[in-house]
Amino acid sequence: MGRYAFVLRRPLQLVPVLIGISLVTFLLSQAMPGDPIRVMLGPKASEEAIAFVRARYGLDQPILVQYGYYLINVLRGDFGQSLAFRSPVLDVILERLAPTIYLLVYGLVLTLLFTVALAVAAARRQGRWVDQLVRFVCIAGLGLPSFWLGLMLIMFLSLKLKLFPVSGFAAAPIDNLWQLFLPALTIAIAVTPTLTRNLRATLVSQLASDYVVAGRSKGLPERWIFYRHVFPNSLLPTISLLGIVVSFLIGGTVVVETVFNVPGLGQLMVRAVLKRDYFTVQGITLFFSIGVVLTTFLVDLVSVALDPRVKL
Amino acid sequence: MTAPILSVEDLAVTFATAAGPVAALQGVSFALQPGEVLGIVGESGSGKTVACRSVMRLLAANAQVRSGRILFEGRDMLALDEADLARIRGDRIAMIFQNPSTHLDPLMTAGGQVAEALRAHRGMGAREARRQAIDLLAEMRIPEPERRVDSYPHQLSGGMRQRVMIAAALACRPGVLLADEPTTALDVTVQAQILGLLKGLRAEHGLSIILVSHDLGVIAQMCDRVVVMKDGKVVETGPIADIIHRPRMDYTRQLIASQPALMLPAMPSNRVREPILAVRNLSVHYASSRGLSGLLTGQARHVVRAVDDVGFSLGQGETLGIVGESGSGKSTIARAIVGLAPVHAGEIDFAGRSVRRQDAAARLRFQRSVQMVFQDPFTSLNPSFTIARTLAEPLRRHRLCAPADIAARIAELMAKVELPDDLLSRRPSQLSGGQRQRVGIARALAVEPRLIIADEVTSALDVTIQAQILGLFKKLRDSMGLTIVLISHDLAVVRHLCERVVVMRHGRLVEHGVTAEVFAAPRDPYTQELLAAIPRIAIA
Repeated sequence: MGRYAFVLRRPLQLVPVLIGISLVTFLLSQAMPGDPIRVMLGPKASEEAIAFVRARYGLDQPILVQYGYYLINVLRGDFGQSLAFRSPVLDVILERLAPTIYLLVYGLVLTLLFTVALAVAAARRQGRWVDQLVRFVCIAGLGLPSFWLGLMLIMFLSLKLKLFPVSGFAAAPIDNLWQLFLPALTIAIAVTPTLTRNLRATLVSQLASDYVVAGRSKGLPERWIFYRHVFPNSLLPTISLLGIVVSFLIGGTVVVETVFNVPGLGQLMVRAVLKRDYFTVQGITLFFSIGVVLTTFLVDLVSVALDPRVKL
Repeated sequence: MTAPILSVEDLAVTFATAAGPVAALQGVSFALQPGEVLGIVGESGSGKTVACRSVMRLLAANAQVRSGRILFEGRDMLALDEADLARIRGDRIAMIFQNPSTHLDPLMTAGGQVAEALRAHRGMGAREARRQAIDLLAEMRIPEPERRVDSYPHQLSGGMRQRVMIAAALACRPGVLLADEPTTALDVTVQAQILGLLKGLRAEHGLSIILVSHDLGVIAQMCDRVVVMKDGKVVETGPIADIIHRPRMDYTRQLIASQPALMLPAMPSNRVREPILAVRNLSVHYASSRGLSGLLTGQARHVVRAVDDVGFSLGQGETLGIVGESGSGKSTIARAIVGLAPVHAGEIDFAGRSVRRQDAAARLRFQRSVQMVFQDPFTSLNPSFTIARTLAEPLRRHRLCAPADIAARIAELMAKVELPDDLLSRRPSQLSGGQRQRVGIARALAVEPRLIIADEVTSALDVTIQAQILGLFKKLRDSMGLTIVLISHDLAVVRHLCERVVVMRHGRLVEHGVTAEVFAAPRDPYTQELLAAIPRIAIA
């Protein structure tokens, strides 16, 4: 029980992290070039109209005062009014949250399947042709930029072979297994090589450990030793790495969602930046940060569950 | 004589290395009789572990069996395929290893690791295997087996881990147990318990045991017959009494003579000397950090009293031994003296001055006067430095001699530790363990210290090398008037070299006195237990 006490502690530690993140995103969006009011009202707006709207949104106040208002509002669940969509930022974000989460989880499931299959195949046949092939595939995968890979997948699998839809997001979750396959595959291909190489290396080093010799001396079959001893002992480093990879992916959805026209947070982020929609950009950034923090928390939880020696 | 249960005939094994094949075993033959304990003794590199692993077919991938047969229950182990091998291993013949911490899976419970042999060989269900595992843990005298069955290895002591490994090995009641240095990583009292357990199992189940050890004391106490190995060959085989009392080969004689035996006269101590080091009421406490949540919840700090109210003194030119088992605080005392441990209370005086309150200049002088020699000479020497550079460093750092004289001074140091000058251009990896330890001593001597603290300096070395290093310390003390604090878990080493002895347990000093008196008539029950636990070679 004591080992899980950090679950209660963690939210407390999150408070200063989130305040820091909100301050940085707030200041960064202030530093963005361009004037949102001018973008909103168009080039023909009069100076009086601009001044009036600016005062209405509170944008004429000192920056720290603006941040103070912002923080109080965020704590009340009010992320402000989206300047581009003319509706509350929170509504705009929540509407786009599901596709992004779906895409990330789908991509991660594919990643885990590929990683485990490739790394196990390579580690169990160390130095043989399977191992060489996996190494080659991984190096090739590392070299492909994900936007280019996405476009190639669309060209061949969707346009030429008509196997998968080109883009979009379906209403029913089950249909999205089909609809989001290509973007999820793009994510999986982008991150599998790193994770595979990491897991293979750990598996190989664990295979040389003393408890493997002891397992053989007990007459345990090789498969048993591999799956019940070596594999669990190899997971921890890869799971830590997975946490870092997911954190990058949360930001990386911007590219994949744009290429595949998935109506998620990444796509929203691009539009909001182009329209100088401060409040939406801030809101999404905060959501992304919370996502990263939650990922780290999940990784810690899994580590504690997997390894009885881990204390947090 | 009945037919042997296991016989190794003319076994030859080579290892493929980057430098070409290296012979690990050459023409090795021995036989194990039913119900017998056969010892294999030899120094590191003699091939005793390779012989043991060959029997189980557990050699590394680069090993190759060149010739020979290993007959077990009428079948040649070398001719079995993987499936037959897996059926025999753990069921008919089992093995335990030197280091239970690394040979147990850290992520599986003790019970799980005992039960899995039963599940693999007997096809037992999880629940029944667990029940049997509890019984086996109880048989290995693990206290509270119902609770310990769910403990993970890191929650168990070293001795308990070894018991778990024995329980797992014996789960299917094999007829033969190969024990490769099973007590080398353990404290002497725990070693005595494990050896007693093995003896009991042999008596109760008629278990035949091959016991591999570098420690002739352990072998003499346990074995009926013994095989002496050197450089991959069997030097001599015979009943234990014959080998100990009438060794035929020079190597065996040398091995016996190198044991830091308890029969040797203890160091006399009748000289009265001016005290150089005085430790009074020393306490070293380590407190775990509470962190933010600890502050909020008001949770108390967990304080470890590594050393608790310890006092002793040491005269100029005297040798003091500090003995105790792991966790007794003996190394912490050394670290506190040189200022590497947080002193909670107490005083340490060196040459009449307090060590704890001194200015920077005095501190530098003190650091020069006290030098440490460490247990593992390989990790305490910089691997990328040549020996010459390692020895030159303290001379330059403390400006002990003119740059022009450094080479001469280094040569002098090498002569003192009896190393040839041509080693100076080598790096630590190109030296043997004994040579590395001599370099460690030479480095300590470079700054002309008044006190040397030697922390388990011989415990990583073979007995013959150990005897040479102890001889060197004796010579240095007598010729240079060095004062030495010798920290060791090995009472025989301390008795051999030290005039006075401090016995530590759980951070407290339990006995302190002249070595000869403490060993002849120990007053504290723990000292008595410690002395009784040492495996001796009985001389009739």
